[in-house]
Amino acid sequence: MKIDNSLPLEYSTDENSNKILGFWIFLGAEIMLFATLFSAYFTLVDRTGTGPTGAEIFEITPVLIETILLLTSSFTIGLGIHAMRIGNKKAMLAFFTITLLLGLGFLSFEIFEFVHYVHIGAGLQTSAFTAALLTTLGTHGAHVTFGLFWGLFIILQVKKRGLTPETANKSFIFSLYWHFLDVVWIFIFSFVYLKGMM
Amino acid sequence: MDFFDRFAIPNPSPVIYASMVAIGLTVIAIIAGVTYFKKWGYLWQEWLTTVDHKRIGIMYLISALLMLFRGGVDAIMMRAQLAVPDNKLLDAQHYNEIFTTHGVVMIIFMAMPFIMALMNFVVPLQIGARDVAFPRLNALSFWLFFMGAMLFNISFVIGGSPDAGWTSYFPLAGTDFSESVGTNYYMIAIQIAGIGTLMTGINFITTILKMRAPGMTLMKMPMFTWASLVTNAIIVFAFPVLTVLLAMGTMDRLFGTHFFTTTNGGMDMLWANFFWVWGHPEVYILILPAFGIYSEVISTFARRNLYGYKSMVGSMVIISLLSFLVWTHHFFTMGQGALTNSIFSITTMAIAVPTGVKLFNWLFTLWKGKIEVTTPMLYALLFIPTFTIGGVTGVMLGMSAADYQYHNTMFLVAHFHMVIIPGVVFAMLAGLTYYWPKMFGFMLNEKIGKLSAWVISMSTLLAFIPMFFSGLDGQARRMYTYSESTGFGPWNMVSFIGAAGLAVGFALIVYNIYYSTRYASRDISADPWNARSLEWATHTPVPSYNFAILPHVKSSEALWDAKKHGHELFPGEYEKIHMPNNSGVPFIMSCIFFVWGFSFVFSLWIPLILTTIGIFVCMGLRSFEKDHGHYISVDEIEETENNLRGA
Amino acid sequence: MKWALLSLLFTIATVLTGCEPLKVLDPKGPQAATQAKDIMLSIGIMSIIVLAVFGILIFMLTKYRASKQSKDYEPPHIEGSLLVETICVGIPVLIVIFLSFVSVQSNYKVEAKPAGYGDKEPLIIYASSSNWKWHFSYPEENIETVNYLYIPTDRPIEFKLYSYGPITSFWIPQLGGQKYAMSDMVNTLHLAADVPGEYMGRNANFSGKGFAENTFNVKAMSETEFDKWVKEVKKTAKPLTEDKFTELLKPGHLGQSTYTGTHLGFLPPPEGEHGGHNHGSGHSMNMEKDEKASETSSESEHHHH
Repeated sequence: MKIDNSLPLEYSTDENSNKILGFWIFLGAEIMLFATLFSAYFTLVDRTGTGPTGAEIFEITPVLIETILLLTSSFTIGLGIHAMRIGNKKAMLAFFTITLLLGLGFLSFEIFEFVHYVHIGAGLQTSAFTAALLTTLGTHGAHVTFGLFWGLFIILQVKKRGLTPETANKSFIFSLYWHFLDVVWIFIFSFVYLKGMM
Repeated sequence: MDFFDRFAIPNPSPVIYASMVAIGLTVIAIIAGVTYFKKWGYLWQEWLTTVDHKRIGIMYLISALLMLFRGGVDAIMMRAQLAVPDNKLLDAQHYNEIFTTHGVVMIIFMAMPFIMALMNFVVPLQIGARDVAFPRLNALSFWLFFMGAMLFNISFVIGGSPDAGWTSYFPLAGTDFSESVGTNYYMIAIQIAGIGTLMTGINFITTILKMRAPGMTLMKMPMFTWASLVTNAIIVFAFPVLTVLLAMGTMDRLFGTHFFTTTNGGMDMLWANFFWVWGHPEVYILILPAFGIYSEVISTFARRNLYGYKSMVGSMVIISLLSFLVWTHHFFTMGQGALTNSIFSITTMAIAVPTGVKLFNWLFTLWKGKIEVTTPMLYALLFIPTFTIGGVTGVMLGMSAADYQYHNTMFLVAHFHMVIIPGVVFAMLAGLTYYWPKMFGFMLNEKIGKLSAWVISMSTLLAFIPMFFSGLDGQARRMYTYSESTGFGPWNMVSFIGAAGLAVGFALIVYNIYYSTRYASRDISADPWNARSLEWATHTPVPSYNFAILPHVKSSEALWDAKKHGHELFPGEYEKIHMPNNSGVPFIMSCIFFVWGFSFVFSLWIPLILTTIGIFVCMGLRSFEKDHGHYISVDEIEETENNLRGA
Repeated sequence: MKWALLSLLFTIATVLTGCEPLKVLDPKGPQAATQAKDIMLSIGIMSIIVLAVFGILIFMLTKYRASKQSKDYEPPHIEGSLLVETICVGIPVLIVIFLSFVSVQSNYKVEAKPAGYGDKEPLIIYASSSNWKWHFSYPEENIETVNYLYIPTDRPIEFKLYSYGPITSFWIPQLGGQKYAMSDMVNTLHLAADVPGEYMGRNANFSGKGFAENTFNVKAMSETEFDKWVKEVKKTAKPLTEDKFTELLKPGHLGQSTYTGTHLGFLPPPEGEHGGHNHGSGHSMNMEKDEKASETSSESEHHHH
C-alpha cells in the first residue's frame, strides 16, 4: 500500500480514500432510507384509527434531553477527529468514549420513551400512525445501537494498534456516520416531535 | 407434529411433488459428483471464497441462466393454461403462484444478476482496473443475492409460493387475504437480495469514480461503463425505498402493524406508491446497462465510433432523473384526479425523448459504417425494431385517459414484455455471446447463435403482438382462465405458439453452449471481434490481476487508438501488484442470512435471534480482522505474461 | 423474412379485427369514445415513428453492409452533429407536446360528467366489490343488485367505487376505462351509455383466487324501461337485511340477485366521516352506526350533484 503523507492519515492510501467515498455514497442511500420513512410517517400521521394522536402522547422533556445528548455527542466526536488529526491518541480516545457514553444515554432515554408509549396504549400495533412513528424512531435507534458497538470496536482497535492509516480511516468514517445520525435526529425532533406537539 | 405442519405445501399438486423429488435428486447428484471428483477444495478455494470480479461475474451469469430456466418454465405453464378457453391444466391458485414467481424471478433473480454478471466482468476491465473498489463486499453482494434467490425458490416446495402478484399490492398481500407463508418469502427473499444489490451500487460507483486508468476522464469512459455508473446511481437511490417498503410489509404480516391494512388507519395506496417509486427506476436499472451493451456491440460491428457520445451520456442522465418522476403512471386509475394524472402523463411521455435520442444515435452509428452481422450484432439489429414497437406502446400507455382502458390488461403485458425482452434479454444474450470468448476462451458457434437470435426474436413477436389485441378486446391480465364466448382464444393460442418458440430459442442457446464447449477452437486471439475498448486489450484468459501494467488512455476507444493510431497503451515496466485475499466470510455470512430469512419466513424466533447474532458476529470479526491482501511479485507477473503470450 | 412475418401478422390482425371490432375500439358511450379516439390517434402517430425507424434501419443495413463495401474501406470517425441531434430531439419533443395536449384535455373529459346530456342529473350508483362479487346500490331508487347492472341510456352515470377487501378495478370497456375500488376511500367514475345493449363488465385488478370470474353483466336500456325495471324490483324483490348482506360478503362466487333497500344505510361507504382517516376496526364496527343518520347523509350526498 502506497501511503501519501501529504494527505491526512485517513485519506492517505487509495484504499482509504475509496472507503471514504464509498461511505459517502452509502450515506446517500441512508438519506433515501430515512426519506422513505419520513414520507410514510407524514402520510400516515393523521391516520390514528382508534389510537392516540401525536399531540396526545409526545412529551417534551425526555425528547429535549435526548436531543441535547445526541447533539453534544456529535460535537464531541468532532473533537475526537480533531484530536486524531493532530495525532493525540489519548484525547481522541477520551472524546470517542464520551461520545459513546452520550449515545448510550440517548438510547436509554429512547428505550424509556418506547416503554412509556407502549404503556399508554400507543404500541406498534395500535394504528398506522404509531407503526410509522415507532418504525421511524426505531430505525434511528437501531442505527445508534449499531453505532455504539461499532464505535466500541474502533476504540479498542485504536487503543491496541495505534493511529495507523487503517484505524484513522475507520475512525473518520465512523464520525461521518455519527454526524449523519445527528442530522437525522434533528429532522425527527423538528418534524415529528415539535410539529406533532403544535 | 404441529411444528412441522407449517412446512407443508398448502396447495399441493403432482407437479410440485415431482419437482420436490427432482430438486432432492439434483442436490444429491451435485454433492455426490463433487465428492466423487474430489472437487470440494477446488470449489471452496476458487469459487466460494473468491473475491475476483471476473469469477463473481461468471457466478452471477450461471445464476441468471438457471433463473431464466425457472422463470421460463413458469411462462410456458401460464401460456399453456391460457392457450385454449376453459382450460383445466392449472387451477386458479397454481396459476396465481406461477405468475407471481414468474415476475419476481424474471426481474429480481434473472435480469438483475444478468446485468450484474456483465457489469462485474466488464466494468473493471473496461476502465483498466485490477478489481472493484471493495472486492470482498462484491463477493458478499453476490452471495446475498444468491441466497435470496435460493430462499425464494424453495418456497414452492416448502410452505407454499407467494401468490399476490410480483407487485404484491396490499391488502391482498396482507395476512387477511394471503394466509400462507408465500408472501413472507417474497418480503424476505427480495430483502436479502436487495441488500446485496444496494452494496453493488455503492461498490461500482466508487470503482468507476476512483479506479479508472490514467487518462480516462469521465467523458472518455466507454459507454457501457457510463451506463453502469448511471445504473448504480439509480440503485443507490431506489433500493433503500424497497428496503423500507419490504420491512413495512414484513411487519404488517408478522408483527401485526397497520401500515397497509384496511383497519386502524392503514393505507393500501401507500404500498402501491412506494412499490413504484422503487419499481419504475428498477426498470431503468435493467435497461440502461442493456443500452450500454448495445452501444458497445453496435459500434464494434459497424466498425465505427459511437455516434453522438455526449448526447448518449446526457440522455442516460436525463432518463435516470425522469425515472424517479413517473411512478404514478403505474396507477393512473387510483383516483388521484385529472391534474396529477396530467403531470405524470407528461413526465412519462417525456422519457420517450432521451430514449429516442439513443435509438437514433445507434442508427446513425451504422451510417457510413462497415456493418458485420455477427450474433451479438444480430441481436442488436433485431432489438431496434422490436424495442421500437414496445417503446411507442409505452408512449400510448403514458396517455392517462387512454390508460384507463389499457391498465391491467394484456395490452400492458404485451408492452412491458416488448420492451424488456428486446431491451434487456436480447442485450444480455448479445453481451453473453460478445463476452463469451473473454470469459471462457472460446467462441460460441455463430450459425447456431444466429439461428437462436432469429427464433427468439420472431417468437417474441408471435408471443406478444397478439396480446395488444386481446388486451384491447377486454382481456384482463392475471386471469387464469376465460370462457370461449369472450373470443380471446385465437389470440392466446398464437401467444402460446410464440412462447413455445421462445423455449426452442433458449434450448438452442443451451445447445450452442454444449456444442461450442465440445467443438469450438481454443486458439483465439485476445481480441476476436476486432473491438475498440480496453477489455479486449488484455489476454484471454484474463490473468487474475487483469493488466500487468495499468493502461494509459486518451480517448473512449483506447484499444482502437492503439491498433490504428499507434497509441502506446502500456507504457512502463512491471511492478509488483497488490491484490486482495480470498475470504470465506461473505459466503458463510450469506449462508447465515439464508437461515435467518428462512426462520423469519416461518416465524421461528429462536433461530432468528441466533442467526441475527451470527450476522453481527461476522461483521465484528471483519472489523477486527487484519487483512492487507497480498502482492504478486514481478517474477510471477513475467512468468504469467510469457505463458499467456505463448498461448 | 422478419418484415414479411411482421406484415403478415398485422394483416391477420386487421382481418380479425375486421370481423369483430375490439371492445375498447367499439365504444358505446362518450367516455369510451374519447379514449378510443386518443388510442387511434396515438396508434397513427406511433406508426409513423415505427415506420421511420424501420426505414432508417433498412437503409443503413442495405447501404453499409460490409459485404457491399470494398475490403480496404475504413469507416470515418464522426463525432455527431448538432443539427442532426437537434432534429432527433426536436421532432420527438413536438410529438410529446402534441400528445400531452391531447392527453391533458382527455383527462379532464373523462374525469368530469359526460358531456352532451344537457343538465340531466347523473344517476348515482355505488359499486362495491367483495371477494369475488360486485354489489350495486342505487340509493335514489333504494334497490341493490349483485353481479349485474342495469343502467338507463342517454343519462350520465356516476359510479361510487369502493371495496370490501383487496383493491379491485371496475371496468366496462365499451362504456369507458376502469378505476380502482379500494377499502379506505370512494372513487368516482363517470360513464354513460348512448346505445342500449348488453356489455361486459369486470374487475380488472388481480384480487386473488376468484379473480378470473369476478365479472358482471351490464344492460343499458331506455329510461322508461329502466324505470319499469326499478318498479318491478321494488314489487318483487326481498329486502336487503344486514344479516343477508354479511352473508353476501363472505368470500366466494354468487349468481345474480336483487334486493330492495341498500347496504349504504347500515354499512356506510368509506367517504366523508367514514373515510380512511377515521377508520376504526373495519366494517364490523361501522355496522353499529345509526341507520337513519347515514341514510340522510347518503341522500344529501346526491343532492349536491
